[in-house]
Amino acid sequence: MGARLGSLILMLLVWQAAAHFANPRMLPSPLAVLDSVRLHTTSGDLPRALAATIARVAASFALAMTAGSALGYAMGRTRALDRWLDAPIVVLLNLPALVLIVLAYVWIGLNETAALIAVALNKLPNAVVTIREGARTLDAGLDEMAAVFGFSRWKRLRHVVAPQLAPYIAASTRSGLSLVWKIVLVVELLGRPNGVGFEIGTAFQLFDVASLLAYALPFTAIMLIVESLLVQPFERHAARWRPARG
Amino acid sequence: MSNRLNAMLPVGAPLAVDVRAKRARNAAGETVEIIAGLAFALAAGEVAALIGPSGCGKSTLMRIIAGLDPAFEGSVERAPGARLAMAFQEPRLLPWRSVEDNLRLAAPQSIAAERTALFDALGLSDHRRHFPGELSLGLARRASLARALAAKPDLLLLDEPFVSLDPALARAIRADLARLIASTRLTGVLVTHEVEDALDLADVIYVLSPRPAHILGEVRIDTPRALDPARRAARAADVERLRGSLKPT
Repeated sequence: MGARLGSLILMLLVWQAAAHFANPRMLPSPLAVLDSVRLHTTSGDLPRALAATIARVAASFALAMTAGSALGYAMGRTRALDRWLDAPIVVLLNLPALVLIVLAYVWIGLNETAALIAVALNKLPNAVVTIREGARTLDAGLDEMAAVFGFSRWKRLRHVVAPQLAPYIAASTRSGLSLVWKIVLVVELLGRPNGVGFEIGTAFQLFDVASLLAYALPFTAIMLIVESLLVQPFERHAARWRPARG
Repeated sequence: MSNRLNAMLPVGAPLAVDVRAKRARNAAGETVEIIAGLAFALAAGEVAALIGPSGCGKSTLMRIIAGLDPAFEGSVERAPGARLAMAFQEPRLLPWRSVEDNLRLAAPQSIAAERTALFDALGLSDHRRHFPGELSLGLARRASLARALAAKPDLLLLDEPFVSLDPALARAIRADLARLIASTRLTGVLVTHEVEDALDLADVIYVLSPRPAHILGEVRIDTPRALDPARRAARAADVERLRGSLKPT
């Protein structure tokens, strides 16, 4: 924790020093950016943009994780399905995000549905591949136990399968969240009338680096907080039964 | 333990096992015959012990009886609706659920008092809130046994349940289990390589051959779970005679 804080302070100092020598239009100082944050916050633009972007991140992330987990689980458990769907997943995995986004806007239209689907499709193959790996390693002995004792489908999912997949879900969540929010900004830049990505696009057109950073940094901070307040506690909770490593 | 546990166990269900052949492919890709013509039938409330050399296919047979392995020639007839429980050779507890939750999940209809009685009887009272990873193998096996009993099975399958328990404890649990079986009409199949287990628990002992497994002979226990020393010695000798019948003379 101390090291993390120290490196953050060091980064701020380096920024301050660099800003001292650079053209303030190219690299405004931390205080100038803070000023810009205050300005955009009091006008209400920044909170509105943050809310719109976070809503998109949440929706597309939930969509990708739900569909990706279900598909990954099915592929990990059913060899025939895996053989049939493996190639499309690899194609999707290697398709540039930009291509998917542009195609979604062209085919579906410049609307929210297209934006969310484009982001979700970018995350989907990662979730599928990770969860599939987890589903392949499920303990057959526990499956047999569940069968003998007549566990219902729901009970199996909740008490036998989900705890085994939890580390894979956590890994996928962690990598997925950072992937999704980066892509959401691109989607907003290309075809949405609001959100952090749209504001950054505007700042780019005006060469307004202070505003650009004023939108980008608070959003990054929020994502860091989500990661440490939601993802990490979930991982700890999911691993609480593991004997402490000694 | 018996009084409180008696009330919770239902009547047994008859079982007819007829495995004409069970083959499997080994790692080298060859087909090996694991079971060849093994049939027996149990009336409700009867307990059979299967004794055989290790690797003879006992565990495979148990998986077939439990309905976990449908790929065999023959049939297994269990009474429809008969409740099944099994103590596997490994404990197979859910590592992410406490011992008590493991019981509750396998036996949702069990009430707390019943579980308490089981924990007391099996020396698990201090461990009900522990995760299986915190238990020794012996304790985990007992928890697995407790889970099988908590499910109030009509048909109870025990696959080497006393392996890796220290002898005194194995004896104590065997005695409890014998009392439990004697006081109910639980049908059971016990796989073991200890004659003592079989003599304490079974109505009938089937001695199995090495692979491919078939029944070499059966030893009926005239007074199940209440053998006097003389009869006990005689039945043990019967089992040994059957076991020895395959060995070259």
